[in-house]
Amino acid sequence: MPPFIVVHDLYFSYPNYVTALQGVNLNIDKGELMAIMGENGAGKTTLVKHFNGLLRPQSGSVTVDGIDTRNATVAELSTRVGYVFQNPLYQLFSETVEKEMMLGLSGVNLPDSEKKNRVDEVLIELGVERFRNRHPLMLSEGERKRVAIASVLVMDPAVIALDEPTLALDYTEKRRLGGVIERLHNEGHTIILVTHDVEFAFDLSERIVTMSRGKILADLPKEKVFNGEASLDAAGLVEPQLFQLARRLKALDVHISDFSVEGAFAGVMKRVKRSKGK
Amino acid sequence: MPVLSIENLSYAYPNAETPALNDVSLSVNKGEFVVICGPTGAGKTTFCRCILGLIPHFFGGDMSGKVIVLDTDTRDIQPSRLAAKVGLVFQNPEDQLIAMSVEEELAFGLENLGLPRDEIKKRIDESLNLVNIVELRDRPPSELSSGQQQKVAIAAVLAMNPEILVLDEPTSMIDPKSALDITQFLNKLNKERGVTVIVAEHRLENLVSFADKIVVINKGCIVQTGSPREVFASDNLLEIGVAIPRIIQLASRLKKAGIKIDNLPLTVEEAFSILRRAL
Repeated sequence: MPPFIVVHDLYFSYPNYVTALQGVNLNIDKGELMAIMGENGAGKTTLVKHFNGLLRPQSGSVTVDGIDTRNATVAELSTRVGYVFQNPLYQLFSETVEKEMMLGLSGVNLPDSEKKNRVDEVLIELGVERFRNRHPLMLSEGERKRVAIASVLVMDPAVIALDEPTLALDYTEKRRLGGVIERLHNEGHTIILVTHDVEFAFDLSERIVTMSRGKILADLPKEKVFNGEASLDAAGLVEPQLFQLARRLKALDVHISDFSVEGAFAGVMKRVKRSKGK
Repeated sequence: MPVLSIENLSYAYPNAETPALNDVSLSVNKGEFVVICGPTGAGKTTFCRCILGLIPHFFGGDMSGKVIVLDTDTRDIQPSRLAAKVGLVFQNPEDQLIAMSVEEELAFGLENLGLPRDEIKKRIDESLNLVNIVELRDRPPSELSSGQQQKVAIAAVLAMNPEILVLDEPTSMIDPKSALDITQFLNKLNKERGVTVIVAEHRLENLVSFADKIVVINKGCIVQTGSPREVFASDNLLEIGVAIPRIIQLASRLKKAGIKIDNLPLTVEEAFSILRRAL
């Protein structure tokens, strides 16, 4: 099966501004869960906006589900690729959260009762059900972010691209979002995370793409990035403390392969048991 | 000597059903580095607005109790007059950037202070350098990325040379490397120039080793205050939605499992030496 998204030698620049993308090549398979990471202004958002036709290639090409995005409408592409903006204000227009959800579904051919069920499910899953009748502008940043994510999920697109989804979310909300992303991935959705949040990206995704100055620096399985085959520093990222600790602990014969607290705990306890056994 | 003293502060926004802050008291000494944390909607932003007097002056609503900043009751002074001594970096930089270029943005506050021209120029150069955005000088803030805008907002406040710096999630949109640079810079400003720093943040990993005091807010109330080690020893922080840095969580789990850990680690170096001794 050919990749679902194929980016070939893509160039893009904004008016009066430096080139935002300089020859990007990338394939994304159906069902992948991957993260695109890099410094501010690296071109991450510009790249992802090409996937649902918000931007069109100036040179090179982007193919989504076999469709060249230059020959497709945003409406055609948006049923395939859902994009959650970094700033939720750019995508929330309605007077209430519920109307916002229904707006997205207005072009979808489904009975009203089914639409309502979908809206209910998504709002409950993201913990924003109680804001159903509130104006999106009256919500806090974190609440609004979750509503924006809900408004894309309700459309059930094959590919879901989330631009800085953890911004303004606290620990509990992040964990909840992580659970939702895992569920979507298990159901076969393709998930693209655009994020600075190294812990969040490594907890969830299998593949890490790093970018800097409009180019892809590395495209590797996360274990290889952790093992130092790609520099996070070069992409404006910082290794989380737990990574740094895990690497140093190798000298004490402690081996950690999962970067959650549970994973690190298990790694240390294994070593404790081994030394007791001696 | 306290530079900020908050006594029994309660506040509700106009038409709000529940108060945003409920009987909050806190004293911050000159030169302290204070980190305010808590889940979304806990009242962190409201708390920052109170320090500068934006509450009650701009937001109206119902305030009781007292906020004394640098010996002045915030009720008795306009926020614009406090701005020369107390700098506030907003959570959303779009809320504070108004000028046509980054340079003008920085000059705006300084001109209002009535500073001479060459002093203004000197301070702008310094701030742009400190935050590492010299190349953005002539760009319009509205065309910058969110992370870049956040840096401009920080530079604009730094240029004012404030005695107290209040930052509401100042690095939320900034890439981790620049965020680390900025937190290290805040630490330097605090330790070398004695600037009192109050930061509201979700991302605590880079901040905890600098902080003298951690204040945990939940549902409008201060639920804990203390040194990082005191505060993070409590498990229910995770339950209320505070992301305790993972190396601290790891150490707590190991301690509970019977590994000998006397002090919770705040840095990778500390965590490594604690584990080397314990294993």
